[in-house]
Amino acid sequence: MKCGVVVFPGSNCDHDVYHVLKHSLGQDVHFLWHGDSSVRDCELVVLPGGFSYGDYLRAGAMAVHSPIMAAVRQLADNGGRVLGVCNGFQILLEAGMLGGAMRRNQSLRFECRDAFLRVERSDLPFTSGYRSGQVLRMPIAHAEGCYIDTEEALDKLEHNGRVVFRYVDSEGGAAEGEQAAKWNVNGSARAIAGVCNEAGNVLGMMPHPERCADKLFGNDDGLAVLASAVGVAADLEGVLA
Amino acid sequence: MSATRNEPPVDIDLAKAQGLAEDEYGQICDILGRVPTYTELGITSALWSEHCSYKSSKVYLREFPTEGEHVLQGPGENAGIVDIGDGWVAVFKMESHNHPSFIEPYQGAATGVGGILRDIFTMGARPVACLDALRFGDIDAPRMRYLIDGVVRGIGDYGNCVGIPTVGGETSFHSGYNENILVNAFALGLARRDRIFHARASGAGNPMLYAGSATGRDGIHGATMASEAFGSESESKRPTVQVGDPFAEKIVLEACLEVMRTDAAVAVQDMGAAGLTSSAFEMADRGGVGFRLNLDRVPLREPNLSPYEIMLSESQERMLLVAHRGRQEEVVKIFERWGLEVAEIGEITSDGRAQILAGGEEVASMPISPLAANAPMYRRPVAVPSDLAARQEPPEVPEPSDPGTVLERLLDTPELGCKSWIWRQYDHTVRTNTVIGPGGDAAVLVLKGSTGGLGLTSDVNPVYCSLDPATGGAQAVAEAVRNLACVGAKPVGLTDCLNFGNPENPEVSWQFREAVRGISAGCRAFDVPVISGNVSFYNETEGRSIPPTPTIAMVGVIADVRNLPAAHFTAVGDRVLLLGQDANEFGGSAYLRLLYGVEQGAPPKVDLEAESRLAGLLRFLVSDERIHTAHDLAEGGLGIALAEACVGGGLGVDLEIDCQPHQLFSETQARAIVAVAPNTAEQVMAEAEKRDVPVVDVGAVGGTALKLRCDGAVVNSEVEELHRIWSTALPRALEM
Repeated sequence: MKCGVVVFPGSNCDHDVYHVLKHSLGQDVHFLWHGDSSVRDCELVVLPGGFSYGDYLRAGAMAVHSPIMAAVRQLADNGGRVLGVCNGFQILLEAGMLGGAMRRNQSLRFECRDAFLRVERSDLPFTSGYRSGQVLRMPIAHAEGCYIDTEEALDKLEHNGRVVFRYVDSEGGAAEGEQAAKWNVNGSARAIAGVCNEAGNVLGMMPHPERCADKLFGNDDGLAVLASAVGVAADLEGVLA
Repeated sequence: MSATRNEPPVDIDLAKAQGLAEDEYGQICDILGRVPTYTELGITSALWSEHCSYKSSKVYLREFPTEGEHVLQGPGENAGIVDIGDGWVAVFKMESHNHPSFIEPYQGAATGVGGILRDIFTMGARPVACLDALRFGDIDAPRMRYLIDGVVRGIGDYGNCVGIPTVGGETSFHSGYNENILVNAFALGLARRDRIFHARASGAGNPMLYAGSATGRDGIHGATMASEAFGSESESKRPTVQVGDPFAEKIVLEACLEVMRTDAAVAVQDMGAAGLTSSAFEMADRGGVGFRLNLDRVPLREPNLSPYEIMLSESQERMLLVAHRGRQEEVVKIFERWGLEVAEIGEITSDGRAQILAGGEEVASMPISPLAANAPMYRRPVAVPSDLAARQEPPEVPEPSDPGTVLERLLDTPELGCKSWIWRQYDHTVRTNTVIGPGGDAAVLVLKGSTGGLGLTSDVNPVYCSLDPATGGAQAVAEAVRNLACVGAKPVGLTDCLNFGNPENPEVSWQFREAVRGISAGCRAFDVPVISGNVSFYNETEGRSIPPTPTIAMVGVIADVRNLPAAHFTAVGDRVLLLGQDANEFGGSAYLRLLYGVEQGAPPKVDLEAESRLAGLLRFLVSDERIHTAHDLAEGGLGIALAEACVGGGLGVDLEIDCQPHQLFSETQARAIVAVAPNTAEQVMAEAEKRDVPVVDVGAVGGTALKLRCDGAVVNSEVEELHRIWSTALPRALEM
């Protein structure tokens, strides 16, 4: 599949996503410059992690005004696949493409550690390589990842099945009670780690699937997000070889 | 030369006020054949500051072995370079940002990271990893929680934004740093061997380009500030601390690497300490050329900066480039595409002089090479510290009544507790090369596209160094080698950050000389060259110096990173083997210091040959994939090493050890624990014996408790409880 990875000034996970798409999954990958006004003929566009424009305002608030974003929105409207990871998720929220917003982590600190996620839906282009209810271990690295919205909007989000990943404990249980802060790493409302749009072709998530896509790092739980998105079969062992 | 500016008259008093000694002032007058202008005086004072000139350390630094089969660039450039095979080179260096971090911890630490990253990418290498060695005072000392919080946030916010993982380092606490904390930042970059870039100006007529952030008044005379001791007024020096902009750094980094791929640039250097002054003078001196600068063309953040201020500003994220005449447009285009300001501010000349113009007037005209060649160099008087003999008297070592309780008390200190509160605030997984991140003996990066990798570690024990700097220096090198060996890495080079007090104090000069002697001995024994480094003197407040702290950061090569041992126990039933022989050594030990407040005795002996044999054995065992666990014994001895190996994986052990209970905390060097599958234990022991490394099978991995028996005493601590104590010790002490 022809894939594009957008490079904003300050993107710093662009090479990491590129590496997995190109070298682990053998796709035709291109960097897309923020100043360009077209995503060319890419069928999947990834907005990578990083600190676009330094994120000195709100995370993603500047990047959303880049020329490339109009093209990304159009791709999404036409049914193309758009994945936003970390800063990319924040940009999709600023663009109003997913609903909700980000607040600073509950700890008020940058958090870099592994989180556990439960796959809430496996019928999306990004999750077809997983089982529903499957528990994944995935690194997070952000200071502004506490997902919030009004109670009403959250209810609607849940009702429409748009919560794709949720922070859970290592056994897949709800991140609640005394240990809630340990598992719900940033204090997100309803422990939401990733959401999709109504049509299911746009996904935003705070954890980094590209950072756990190789057994070398003791964890390839994230590979299936990207593999599913480019339509590569679930036989991931084969992909890695 | 004109005196129309509103500048103070230059005389010996002004020179002294700027940190120049009387004979240094005489020397600059001799070189120029006249009294320097105000701007020239500022330039000289910065270039001849301790920070830039290494005037008190140079005579000793020559002792370091700096050459080796892998070394492509030793000390003297922005960073050192070693060949790591397959056409790749590693570019690395460590640098201090102590003084600024004590005055303003957040910006001081942040700009420390920024500065070291620029040193790496100016050599044409893409930075891929950072380490940070931090020394704080007692947590309850005035301002200390604020300093710790600020430094950690500063390092995190800067490195995280630029997107360079902080994969390791070390943090320790000692009252000797109450008034002078240490922030030592290390960075490593990778480049293709044929794409290395040097900061060597050449080609008369080639334009000098200024790129990056505009120049402001921040950090003026920062290099001079870093070359003085603190008095009670250090707070008033806050304006000499620079302010960092990691976003600017990130785009400067990308633009510079892109420029260097074009061959349109001759030389690139960052404006670090002493700003435009040192970058222009150093580039010209290395290339044996001169330059003409027009300060009216320097992008300014605010109006009315004087030539003096422009030359000495330490505003961050600024680069000076020399382009090939006729190709500067290519360079300009790249910077502009990244949204950066570029200005042509001068050109290279052939007369070997620095000519600086402002407002149509010449404000400086100085010969470059005499200024560099005649930089002062001192062999300062040395004296053995008057209290040294008394401090080296053998200490009394109390027998613990209950070794299990002692173990828990030690794990409950910020010194020996888990440091994850710190490194969780650093992105250590970005760039997806991190095979082993913070918390182990050494960090491991994979070299993408291969199965090979690099091991990185930083080490020093300041208490040992304070009791015997030569032994402490050698120990730091030996511990780094041992830590690398635990992940199978063979050392290829080291960089150092030598943090000391006031070199004008003969006892400090003696400490420095001895530490360098010890490090050099270590380097020779292990055949590890020093390829770059930094000296930080004047870590002193109101006459009190820090403990001598020669931080060593070492890099090693690993042939295959796919099956490395963990630093913790991983498999029930594994046999636990103890490598090395205890000699009951407690001088400067964590046991005496943390439990009894005693820093007494000679530090553990460093047997460089025994260390070499141990490291060779560990590397062999790792490469042969025979061991599941490897962990070195350091502060707190065997007891702490075992506890760390248990809590890391949540597995217990059941051991029988032939020693007296207090020996569990002895810090004899050249020791490690390994865990192996039961059916390979015999082979591993035979290999150890063959290599003359003492080895004993002390028991097995399993259960939920750390159980051991020695000389009638029993330790039986639940691993879960040890983990709780160890993992919360630091945040509880910080109350954060």
